[in-house]
Amino acid sequence: MTETTRKTGVSRRTLLKGTAGLAGLAAGSGAITGFPYVKSADAKVLRYLGTAVNEGDDIAKQCLKDTGIKIEYITATTDDVTKRVMTQPNSFDVLDTEYFSLKKLVPSGNILALDAKKIKEFGNITPVFTKGETPGGKKIGGQGTAPWKVLYLEGKDSKKFATSATEFVTLIPTVYNADTLGIRPDLIKRPITTWAELLNPEFKGKASILNIPSIGIMDAAMVVEASGKYKYADKGNMTKEEIDLTMKVMTEAKKAGQFRAFWKDFNESVNLMASGETVIQSMWSPAVTKVRSMGIPCTFQPLKEGYRSWASGFCVSKGVSGAKLEWAYEFVNWFLSGFAGAYLNRQGYYSAVLSTAKAHMEPYEWAYWMEGKPAEKDIKAPDGSLLEKAGAVRDGGSYEDRMGGVACWNAVMDENDYMVRKWNEFIAA
Amino acid sequence: MSEEVLQQAAPGLIPGSGTARAAKPTRLSPSFISWLQAGPMMLVFLAFFLIPLVFVVIVSFWDYNEYQLLPAFSGRGYTDTFEGCIAQLPELCTIAKTYLKTLKLCFLVWAITLFIGFWVAYFLAFHVKSKTWQMGLSLLCTIPFWTSNVIRMIAWIPLLGRNGLVNTGLMKTGLINHPVEWLLFSEFSVVLALVHLFTFFMVVPIFNSMVRIDKSLIEAAYDAGASGFQTLVNVIIPLAKPGIVIGSIFVITIVMGDFITIGVMGGQQIAAAGKIIETRVNALQFPAAAANAVILLAITFLIITMMSRIVDIKKEL
Repeated sequence: MTETTRKTGVSRRTLLKGTAGLAGLAAGSGAITGFPYVKSADAKVLRYLGTAVNEGDDIAKQCLKDTGIKIEYITATTDDVTKRVMTQPNSFDVLDTEYFSLKKLVPSGNILALDAKKIKEFGNITPVFTKGETPGGKKIGGQGTAPWKVLYLEGKDSKKFATSATEFVTLIPTVYNADTLGIRPDLIKRPITTWAELLNPEFKGKASILNIPSIGIMDAAMVVEASGKYKYADKGNMTKEEIDLTMKVMTEAKKAGQFRAFWKDFNESVNLMASGETVIQSMWSPAVTKVRSMGIPCTFQPLKEGYRSWASGFCVSKGVSGAKLEWAYEFVNWFLSGFAGAYLNRQGYYSAVLSTAKAHMEPYEWAYWMEGKPAEKDIKAPDGSLLEKAGAVRDGGSYEDRMGGVACWNAVMDENDYMVRKWNEFIAA
Repeated sequence: MSEEVLQQAAPGLIPGSGTARAAKPTRLSPSFISWLQAGPMMLVFLAFFLIPLVFVVIVSFWDYNEYQLLPAFSGRGYTDTFEGCIAQLPELCTIAKTYLKTLKLCFLVWAITLFIGFWVAYFLAFHVKSKTWQMGLSLLCTIPFWTSNVIRMIAWIPLLGRNGLVNTGLMKTGLINHPVEWLLFSEFSVVLALVHLFTFFMVVPIFNSMVRIDKSLIEAAYDAGASGFQTLVNVIIPLAKPGIVIGSIFVITIVMGDFITIGVMGGQQIAAAGKIIETRVNALQFPAAAANAVILLAITFLIITMMSRIVDIKKEL
């Protein structure tokens, strides 16, 4: 009896082995086309990790049409994107992230610098990134983690930022913007010209800032400087004393009931403003557009102290190599070739390669979004919905004026740990 | 072990097993069987709760920099957390303020959910006679869970906001001249939202305890001349205690660790123990976050121990 059992066991195992081998062979040869995983092994697929800013469905569809590369979006918040790169570097291929995260990402060794020579349009990337000036030659404020400070690495696997141009690029720039305060002109009823207004007691209980510490403290610093309380050497890299001072000003305002709420997420900022809970708050350009498209007046108010800017771009995971790396280059090159740039410009962001984006936009669109001219025709969003009626002018005007007016960039400070602790104290106050 | 299981199920099946074995099918001791029954849950608990928890405790004693954990012993996570607690006296430090606030919210929510939950359960258990209606009405209590957490919280704005329904209504009736601001983004709105969410967790266990109260006990109390109030205090509440304690544990543990509801309803301006952990995790300061998690766990554990001192749940069940 035992013998029989053993025999059966052996033969069953052999049978299983044989079947598995056959199945593997069939799968490998492509004979079985019904298996989804066989299909995806043949198709060009890139897992794209990023925040929702760039992740338009239209961009993915057009990319598939033009290049045959299928983009699988993995969407996360700014903080979670960074966390994911640190803890699961093999869970994505292409990374879309902000320049200020690089101070954390590059030393971790989890991302791979791209080769500038393989980027077709690299030479045409706006000088905002490479030289820190606008195409018209205006110098841009460099406080904080300005992109040109962290654009290049010293070598392929280097963890040090190069001070001059090399061929190893940390992030190939894609999109950026200049942020300022959003206001409800219908409820404020007077001109707003300075960041100091955020803490004006006139708006008690009607102001708001971002609850993302690294961005929120920059807005706070703009306010402190505008009110003449202190002048920072570098708002994006404060000393402990400067952090204390900034948080003290904010804490006093919070205790006095200046803030209605802090927001963390795009939709929260839209809700606060649209419902009239706040009338002045730090905001993002498309959020202002969204409030306006609901028929509620909202202005992305240019202020005399300038804008707080941010920028993001592409790199790849260190786990990407071979054919996949080539697709990643193909994708980045496609992204800079115009369609995506025009798409981003139409949302109120700016594209990294202006010339190709311009070729994909109507002249009247370009004139409205980039040159600050009154709209000749109705301005439509990428999805076709009406954004502005003919005759409207973009808040802050032209690209030159807006990017030229940038005072500082989103940043990770050397004293980040201390800053986060102080931020918790601020919330608890 | 698998052989023994088989043996238990069908003693004659295993080849070569003699008649002697088959004659003694009850070889397994009852305690072994109960271990077997509890085993799978224990393994899950071990793998997905205890081991990760041990890791959290270990990591809380590590050091860190901007981008990685440094596996070297360091009390930095803890010392940073209690920063200024002695130096700032008599003023309270961040962590003390945060926990006072969290405990205050927790107490308010607990007291209100207990009060409402008790009477809802009382109504369901003693006033609703038919089982079908009892079921139907308990299901009604789950309505707040039919929408997602985020949607539910966004929906409070049109109701409680400056230009919301309540303020507009009050202004139209002439009760107030200016919109009331404390309705939203305040402790009031936090407590309201938490009560709205978690009363259900009180209702179910209390109801469960109450339906098991022998009706003849209440009749006996009535016959012995007890008033309604006396029956409530001396018969119903003591017998419903296990439900009350279980419901309280649910509510307290959830509220102690909550940061989403407190964040959204408090306009991100109200400190919470969970919020500190979230901020630290988002800044990639995992050891500091872990240290705060350990502190939160210790405090919550303390509260629960105190509560189970009042009622021995094991005995009552």
